[in-house]
Formats: sequence, structure tokens, C-alpha cells
Amino acid sequence: MKMKLLDIAHARSGDKGDAGNVGVIAYDDKGFEIIKKHLTTERVKKHFEGICFGKVERYEMPNIRAINFLLHNTLGGGGTVSLKHDAQGKILASAMLRMELDV
Amino acid sequence: MKDKIRIASGQGFWGDLIDAPYHQVTKGDIDYLVMDYLAEVTMSILQKQKNKKPNLGYARDLPELMKRILPVCKEKGIKVITNGGGVNPVACADAILDEALKLDIEDLKIAVVLGDDIKDRVDELFEAGAELKNMDTDEPLTKVKDKILSANVYFGALPIVEALQKGADIIITGRTTDTGLTLAPMIYEFGWDPKNYDLMAAGTVAGHILECGAQSSGGNFLGDWESIDNFAEIGFPIAEAYPNGEVIITKHENTGGLVSYATVAEQLVYEIGDPKSYITPDCVADFSSIRLEDLGNNRVKVYDVKGNKETEFYKVSCSYSDGYSAIGSLTYSWPQALSKAKAADKILRKRLENLDLKFDEIRTEFIGYNSTQGPLSKELDEDNINEIMLRIAVRSGDKDSVARFGKEIAPLILTGPPSVTGFAGGRPKPSEVIAYWPALIPKNLVEPHVKILELK
Repeated sequence: MKMKLLDIAHARSGDKGDAGNVGVIAYDDKGFEIIKKHLTTERVKKHFEGICFGKVERYEMPNIRAINFLLHNTLGGGGTVSLKHDAQGKILASAMLRMELDV
Repeated sequence: MKDKIRIASGQGFWGDLIDAPYHQVTKGDIDYLVMDYLAEVTMSILQKQKNKKPNLGYARDLPELMKRILPVCKEKGIKVITNGGGVNPVACADAILDEALKLDIEDLKIAVVLGDDIKDRVDELFEAGAELKNMDTDEPLTKVKDKILSANVYFGALPIVEALQKGADIIITGRTTDTGLTLAPMIYEFGWDPKNYDLMAAGTVAGHILECGAQSSGGNFLGDWESIDNFAEIGFPIAEAYPNGEVIITKHENTGGLVSYATVAEQLVYEIGDPKSYITPDCVADFSSIRLEDLGNNRVKVYDVKGNKETEFYKVSCSYSDGYSAIGSLTYSWPQALSKAKAADKILRKRLENLDLKFDEIRTEFIGYNSTQGPLSKELDEDNINEIMLRIAVRSGDKDSVARFGKEIAPLILTGPPSVTGFAGGRPKPSEVIAYWPALIPKNLVEPHVKILELK
């Protein structure tokens, strides 16, 4: 069954230097099981191909059914140096939720 | 000891809703108003202002705001804690005292937290063993030492606690962590031991939830955003803290927005790294321990927070000048809006190349197509595109190259593809790029101190 990450989770993103952080929060326990299984570092790195040029770090937060990702080398040099329209990675969360999952 | 205190967030950044602090002190009961004004870029801007005028260098909205809220704060006994002092907290406090005098306020005690500004001490500290290497890249400070515009240590809650113990009504700091502003009144009011790291972490987490203003009370909520009631009159968050470390996040009644499990959870993950290791000067908070319970009616309980001992270091943020940048834009309309914008980009790049200008980076984005989601953006059927804004940005160490780039945008209107408009703002001018140098400094090398200014 195909589903959109958007339908089972919400998210927020921001900047940490040249890295973007994306916290993905599942709406319920079932959704958390799905994101734990499908949102691997490899999958996320591939999803952000051409956006994230560094490594991806992944941290689970079962307490709020969330996974936090740090996408290194992503913001074009970081907040004030970056030439990107989205220099602070505010949109990375929405971009993450575009992901389609085959569950 | 009070059985609870209510700490209200008044600003999420310098430039946030101007009336938010006024609503926080008037629309319901609070004990503290905390306001975060300092983004990293702010410090360098303030330093430049201070270089031009020695009595500037702080958030200039602040005295004006205090004029408006001081009578209410005095009447209700609300204390104000803010890092809006920037690089000149004493001048900020003086300006607030001036406003208080004009209001005929008879007694007022303002505490200023000093010692965070190490710009003029970098050499001395280097000698004393503070290498100030870039904590992300490990590069030595010598790389940027001559270009430093500002250098500030992030202090935590404890200097503010000292200020509260000295009876301050208003506390103005320079560089203080956002979380310290909220944690400090909890330590002071409940007599918390700074070595009780679970309590330090509880207050720190509350500070993290408050530090971006309404971003925890419905603003920027990526869940069901259409369910958020009355964005226009959004209520900023309030932390109702209890002596045992439990905190209830809420907002004033009869305000817009929403405080729910989901809006608070979303703020918890904002700009964090390893959740087990959220490092502040006061503790290392474990965000994977936090429990949330939605109590309904815009109340969310935050509890069971665990923390560990603080590190031996303060974080330092230095800003330095790193060249120039400029951004140009033009709008292309149907038919073939995207093709025309892409063609214009090619033409401009060819002209820049022919001029032999030097750039570190040239970046093109098409607003309306791919400027926010890059390669994840869907391909569009061009007949369905009404308009596209071409956005080109350049960066260079050579100011002249950036200035010349700015002169090459408008000519595209008469010398490139048609259906183009939107060049009303004049030539883009080079603006200075301010870069950041994050570093660590051993805590024993710097000492915060608290100065009291008083009206009697």
C-alpha cells in the first residue's frame, strides 16, 4: 500500500549552522512504527538528493513518536552566508513530508 | 515559596509581533515576561551600530516597549527578563530608566548582566588557553581573527538568578541563552539547586518551548494548520511552572492559536540535534525523556524531564565579515514563463562570464517552481504556469564584482526574453556577508557579573 508521509506525520525544520534539522512526528503509534521502519538514514539521504550534500544523522524520540534528522551540508553555508531562498531550512519539513512510502 | 509561577513569552525574535508583550501583561495574570531578541546575525548588526554611536548596540524597540508596559508591570508586580541588551546592555538599561522617569515611576531596579562580550579580550583569552577553534570544522581562530565583528559568550540562567536575588524588576542581558531566560525565575522562586539537573532540564525544556514565541501555540504548525483558530489574535505561550519541575504550557484565554500535544511536540523538535544531549550552560537536557500530556483547553503538561551535569565550557559565537552578496529578481509571465526565466538566467550568466567578474557562488532559483523544494519540486506543464520569479544571488570577496552584477539585472528587460516585469526596487546593492564562528571556551576564563541601576 502506498501512502504519503504527510498523511501519517507532521514535522518542523530549522537551521543548525550549515545543517538543517527535520523533526518528523507521527500522529499515532502505528504511524511511529511505520516511520521507524521506513525513515532510515539512507532513505532520507536519497530523498534529499541534490539538497543535502553531507551525512544524515538520525535520532529516535519514542517519547513523542518522533525521529529527528540532521542533514549536514544542506543550507548553502548556513543562515547568513547562504544564497538560498530558504536559507534557514524552514521548508525542509514540508519537503520531507512529500516522501511516498510503500507500506 | 510560591506554589506556581507563570512565565510568558513576549517575543520569538527581534521583529516579532510588536503588541505581543503588551497582550501578555494585560490579557491575564503572569509573574514574568521573557523576551528573546538575539539571533546570531543580530549581534553583529548591533556591534556595528555601537561602533558608530557608543550609546547604541541594543534592541532599540525595547525602551519604547517598556514605556508602554512598565505601568502595568509595576502595578501587577510582573518582572521582565530579556536579552535585548545586545552588545550594550548598560545603555539599554539607561534608556529604560529615562522612560521610567518620564512616566513618574518612583522606584525601579534594573539589573544588567555583563561579561559576555569578549570581543576586545580575544587575544588575552587566547594566551590564557582559549583556542576558540571552530567547533564545527576544527579550524583555528587565526583564520578569521582579524575580521571579527563581535564575540560573545552564551551565559545561562545563573547570572539572572543573582539579579533576581538582588531585587531587580527588570533584567537586561547581553548574550544569554534563550532557555536561561525562562529557567532563571524557576530557580529563584522555587529555590532550586543548580546541581539538580533534572530540574534544570525541566526549566530548560520550558524555555525551549517558549523561545520562539507563538511557534508553540499554533504558529507555523504543520499539522492541521487550518484547524488553528484566529491566527490574527494569536496568543503567545505561557509556562506555568511548579516547584516539582512540572510545567503546563498554556496561553491567555480569549486569544487565538492553539496549545495542544501536537503544537508543543512540533516546537520540541525545532532546531535540535541529538535529543539526548541538548547542551546549555546550565545542564545537558535529555529531550528523549520529556513526557507530554494534553489536558485540553489549551493546556499541555510537560513532565518527567531528565537532565545531566553541565559541561565545562560556554559556547562562544563570533561573527566576522566574509565578503559581499546581492540578490536580483525579475518576474516572467505566461506564455512560457519558466522557459523565459531559464533563458534569462543563461543570458545573465554569459554576460557575467564575459565581464570576467569573480564570484564564490552564483545561485539561481525559480520562485513559483523550485525555490523552496529544489529537486523535489514537481515538473510543471508550462501552459499551467501563470508566472515565475527568477531569483539570482551572488556572493564574492570582491565588492566591485557584486556591484556590477547588480547593474546587469534591469537591462535584461529590454535585452532579453519578453513577458518580463517587476524591476521596481532599483539596482540590488552589495550587502556585507556576516559569517559565524561557533567555538567553546572554558568556563573558568570568563565571569558574568551583575550591575544594578536604580531609580529611588
